[in-house]
Amino acid sequence: MNDAPIDLFAEAAEAARTTPIDKIDVSQPSIYQNDTWRPWFARLREDAPIHYCAESRFGAFWSVTRYKDIMAVDTNHKVFSSDSQLGGITIRDAPMSFRRPSFISMDPPLHDDQRRAVSPIVAPTNLVNLEKLIRERSQKILDSLPINEEFNWVEKVSVELTTQMLATLFDFPFEDRHLLTYWSDIATADLLSGKVSSEEERNEILQQCVKYMRALFKQRENGPPRFDLLSMMARDPSTRDMDDKMFLGNCILLIVGGNDTTRNSISGGLLALNQYRDQYDKLRANPALIETMVPEIVRWQTPLAHMRRTAVEDFNLNGAAIKKGDKVVMWYISGNRDEEMIENADDFIIDRARPRQHLSFGFGIHRCVGNRLAEMQLKILWEEILARFPEINVTGPVKRVFSNFVHGIEEIPVIIPRRH
Amino acid sequence: MPKITFIEYNGTAHTVEVEEGLSVMEAAVNNGVPGIDADCGGACACATCHVYVDAAWEAKTGEKNESEAAMISFANGVEPNSRLSCQIKVTAELDGLVVRMPAGQH
Repeated sequence: MNDAPIDLFAEAAEAARTTPIDKIDVSQPSIYQNDTWRPWFARLREDAPIHYCAESRFGAFWSVTRYKDIMAVDTNHKVFSSDSQLGGITIRDAPMSFRRPSFISMDPPLHDDQRRAVSPIVAPTNLVNLEKLIRERSQKILDSLPINEEFNWVEKVSVELTTQMLATLFDFPFEDRHLLTYWSDIATADLLSGKVSSEEERNEILQQCVKYMRALFKQRENGPPRFDLLSMMARDPSTRDMDDKMFLGNCILLIVGGNDTTRNSISGGLLALNQYRDQYDKLRANPALIETMVPEIVRWQTPLAHMRRTAVEDFNLNGAAIKKGDKVVMWYISGNRDEEMIENADDFIIDRARPRQHLSFGFGIHRCVGNRLAEMQLKILWEEILARFPEINVTGPVKRVFSNFVHGIEEIPVIIPRRH
Repeated sequence: MPKITFIEYNGTAHTVEVEEGLSVMEAAVNNGVPGIDADCGGACACATCHVYVDAAWEAKTGEKNESEAAMISFANGVEPNSRLSCQIKVTAELDGLVVRMPAGQH
């Protein structure tokens, strides 16, 4: 069920073993697109766990590849800054004029206030309110799927469910909801992916997002209080007076955060169960395992491969002499496969004892604000899948995203042979 | 061994015996007490072991340090007696400690 041919895997394993350590460059989007990233990170974790890559398309950068070292960087926000003006949270440095602050690409204290402005949307009490809606939508989407006929799971299920959720969180016009997915894809696209070819073009497209969202934001500044992300930002002192750059930054953060991540976990989970059929059998025999399977899906897929920081002072990270100004990339996708912390880390095992001990949501002050909503969406979807379909079979090679940031899947051909 | 009582959001109480030196979070997790997620495993990095310390015990459980205060400020339903249970060490002095759980950990 791996999408790369066997010889491609063998080639990657050989290259990862023999390439001089200083020539290894894990920023190449192709290794994620063709699913050959594992041996490269296995080598780095073993031979150079904090690795310096002097030259890449994204400039020089440090790779932090082990779980504990990633934790050390993620929880030290005073040394490792997320500030958009220093480069923000992805390995790609946008040109200065397109660097947009948002609360994930910001340090305290403004980060703290802006995060608190929107976090009630995913508070436990509101999750209870959203549960019924998510279940109804999941049921409707699953009931509309063709039987015994091949279709793209990503398009019909993963994208559909997460885009609907996002439209609800923003209280965004439902008929235009595909725009959210479009802006999300444009915002994160690699310039060589074919989706967008320059930062200018990307910015031009995202200005449509500013225009559309600004109009909704304006309408919600006044009148009776409403409970959606735009209204919350429009009424909080820390977010109501944002300039267009910061407004777009925060909109994109919330769109990408609520969209790509859950989408790719929905896709990745189905792929994992097809690749590990014994786990699928185990799940069918005991659907209560959904509870521990959900965080395992999020670990195994690691929908965001990395987060980046910039050192604001010289720092000795477990022996590596990081200098002020250096770009430091935490490869969550690697830390989540670190055998020191996770037994049989490359395997998908749905009944792990501590399944939530993974890096996919990050740790420290920037930890994913929507993590429990993401888990809830996956849980409900799998409950409804198991209630309907004895099996969903992946029928051909999957198509993955050309990106070192969004660890995503564009196409999974599947057939559902029958309903229960 | 000191006894600690955890009271779930729905009122269900669980009293467990804990070895000194462990954290209050570990006391819950090791004994299968529901309602403490502890995603980060005790690194003060996720705020999913949030508890409310009963008034009688606030002085004995000590003060939050800077990193605990920062993490807990992003939890839901934060009160002055909110603590991250991974940051409270079990001692003989805490025998009888009572902590309550929030509606959910996030």
